[in-house]
Amino acid sequence: MIKLTRAPIDVAAVTEAVRGPASGAVVLFLGTVREMTGEKRTLRLGYDAYPAMAEFKMAELEAEARRRWPLSEVRLVHRLGLLELGEVSVAVAVSSPHRADAFEAARWLIDTLKGVVPIWKQEHWADDTTEWVHPGMNGLSPADEPPAARGIG
Amino acid sequence: MIPPAVTDFRTVRVRLYAAAKERAGAETVEVRVPRDAVIGDLAAALAAEVAALRSLSPHLLFAVGTDYVSKDAAVPADGEVVAFPPVSGG
Repeated sequence: MIKLTRAPIDVAAVTEAVRGPASGAVVLFLGTVREMTGEKRTLRLGYDAYPAMAEFKMAELEAEARRRWPLSEVRLVHRLGLLELGEVSVAVAVSSPHRADAFEAARWLIDTLKGVVPIWKQEHWADDTTEWVHPGMNGLSPADEPPAARGIG
Repeated sequence: MIPPAVTDFRTVRVRLYAAAKERAGAETVEVRVPRDAVIGDLAAALAAEVAALRSLSPHLLFAVGTDYVSKDAAVPADGEVVAFPPVSGG
């Protein structure tokens, strides 16, 4: 089961939802808001999404994980909106009869989610600037563009 | 002598997200593309017609409905195309 939510993620509920007698192993991964990125200090993170596609791709990931590993239950929950330091932005919980499959599936799910699901984080830095995080193109700011390309307004 | 082909253009609405939306200052933009355009043509038109997106354009990913489309896929006859920079959830 997958979910996008603007409310805080109930980690205990997500974990309990995948537990059961068929499973000897439960793996939970949490992504949380980190304060320091190198020398830069984060105050909070904003998360935005293209919700219809994000839900579709998350459901695809769950289906693919279930094809690849013998999983009992899967929960993929991603939070949207403005999050404070330490808050949970994403939870991946899987259960399986044995731990190797549960570990591998959880790792694959979070890695693939970060690569394909249309959700974006925006850094709110301590110097009051904001910056969308776009892997492979950060450091490319509007100020880098020649004036003619900057657009007016 | 063969006369030059008359290219028939149409307007396509493109929905933007994250830095693309911020740079363009709009949730959607409209661009003109040839009637038989593929997504790659749309990407080129975006870079040419929306100056604020020019430096982003090599990085943009495209979707129609709820899934990605490749650069050689046809631009749908109606409805919008979605464009966004690389994703960063998690």
